[in-house]
Amino acid sequence: MTLTTKSPDSRSTLAQRGGSARADRIFSWWTLGTGLLVLAVLGLILITTVREAWPAFDAMGPRFLTERIWDPNPATGDAIFGALSFAYGTALSSLIALLFAVPVSIGIALFLTELAPRRLRGPAVTVIDLLAAVPSVVFGLWGILVVAPALVPVYQWFHDVFGGVPVLGSLFGQVSSGRNFMTAGIILAIMVTPIITSITREVFSTVPRADKDAALALGATRWEMIRGAVFPHSFGGIVGAVMLGLGRAMGETIAVALVIGGSTNITANLFAPGNTMAAVIVQQFGESTGTYTAALIGLGVVLFAMTVLINVLAQVIVRRAEARMKGSR
Amino acid sequence: MARNDADLTSRPSVSVHAPGTASAGVMPSTAPVMQLRDVSVYYGSYEAVRGTSMPIQQNQVTAMIGPSGCGKSTVLRALNRMNDPIPGARVSGEVLYHGQDLYAKDVDPIQVRRRIGMVFQKPNPFPKSIYDNVAYGLRINGIKGRLDDHVEEALTQAALWDEVKDKLRKSALALSGGQQQRLCIARTIAVKPEVILMDEPCSALDPIATAKIEDLMFELTNDYTIVIVTHNMQQAARVSHYTAFFTAEVDEKQVRHGRLVEFSQTGKLFTNPADKRTEDYITGRFG
Repeated sequence: MTLTTKSPDSRSTLAQRGGSARADRIFSWWTLGTGLLVLAVLGLILITTVREAWPAFDAMGPRFLTERIWDPNPATGDAIFGALSFAYGTALSSLIALLFAVPVSIGIALFLTELAPRRLRGPAVTVIDLLAAVPSVVFGLWGILVVAPALVPVYQWFHDVFGGVPVLGSLFGQVSSGRNFMTAGIILAIMVTPIITSITREVFSTVPRADKDAALALGATRWEMIRGAVFPHSFGGIVGAVMLGLGRAMGETIAVALVIGGSTNITANLFAPGNTMAAVIVQQFGESTGTYTAALIGLGVVLFAMTVLINVLAQVIVRRAEARMKGSR
Repeated sequence: MARNDADLTSRPSVSVHAPGTASAGVMPSTAPVMQLRDVSVYYGSYEAVRGTSMPIQQNQVTAMIGPSGCGKSTVLRALNRMNDPIPGARVSGEVLYHGQDLYAKDVDPIQVRRRIGMVFQKPNPFPKSIYDNVAYGLRINGIKGRLDDHVEEALTQAALWDEVKDKLRKSALALSGGQQQRLCIARTIAVKPEVILMDEPCSALDPIATAKIEDLMFELTNDYTIVIVTHNMQQAARVSHYTAFFTAEVDEKQVRHGRLVEFSQTGKLFTNPADKRTEDYITGRFG
């Protein structure tokens, strides 16, 4: 028997075939190269942005992170660049977005994988994917022209009803306009829903039939089957989907810039106008010079760091959960 | 027996099963627990199994054997409505459980599966702890209080307790294949079904693990009625009291259908089969 195809009568039948060995080498170099390229691009982004932002970091020191005042053109004295209120706005608007988007997305994904009739699934998926294809500026314009004005009476109602309640009331404070943290959060929620939906849907569809059968055979209802078989299997994937959604929400720029109201506010009041790091950059970059520009790039560095931090955290959570399931603990 | 008037239409808040007292090997004098009457199973317009009629006797092991594609697993899954989630699956004829048709309009499949449990070919514990695997069925069936006792009882009955009592909080996926399958049996008997369906429960296991499961099945007939699908004729001969032989037939339109050829006491079917096809199969001339 011979292992080569080119020279059937050759004795050295165990020698590597030249062509495929070369292809294999090229393949491994190619994949290694592309892998390293990602790291290189990330590293370069970090290095150049930190360098560009350095004048602002140098002028402000650690206060860049702890200072809530952002005053590029003060009447007297030096300009003050504090990222805190924008970091707060980024965190708050993203949190609101996830609060709305995660349950809705998981619901849609479950509907599509477990409940929807087969012929409805295709079209429904297409519609949701189309939602992801809408440009963010369109969402922003829709938000500022339609959603924000429409929500003012709703916000007002919440303020009137819950405004006096201790603790809870601080969330539903004075309504100045429709452009605020809440509106930004809602628009972001609509924008990240397709991403979270499509990933969780993929994850749910990988749950083995055997696991679902096991639950059903014990007399589980559909919901009990989902809780017992689908969720435990999908935990890591759901966290991953939420993290991708969060990344999108934190980095979203133009839509948020249009609907969040643009002010340096750190308040529990969801109906107050605020700003996010990404939105400030796009609003002010054009008119900035010198240290001002550096400070805006500095915001980008902080945003980048926050995103990386959250992703690392999520990976730790997923790994621990998976390790527990596999029984290594 | 309290279960004879079991109401399959709603979930009882508390249900305590009084196990039967008939012991294995003794010929039952009571009516069969289940009775199939001219049962056909369809996937869309395809008739996978045609006109099956057979009884399932109480506290006995009934084996279903036959070549691949003969429809034995399909019939098994029809016994507790596990074919329901498969799009297009449909059953005609009657599957009677204590005289009640499981496919009648007002029957809740969840109640059916609660009383007629199932163990699958590949061990399929949930990715949870050993304890939670067994407790899952108890929890969803609203059995409250002293969950620990129920879990221990089920694991003991499944001959697994001694092996896992010190690691109940560990993941079920860390167990061996044979242990996982016994855990799946424990999980099934924890909710105290009356009938346990087993779909080739040993086909993924080594001979030692298989022997343990077979011993266990013998023990379980004290309290449960078992229906097992198996590829392994020796296994059917060893563990069962009754055997149903299925085969695949090709009709005039060249379409294959599963069909029950012969049903009788296991001893008789293996030593003195009535049908030529059964004889060919058990003597290895076919399949």
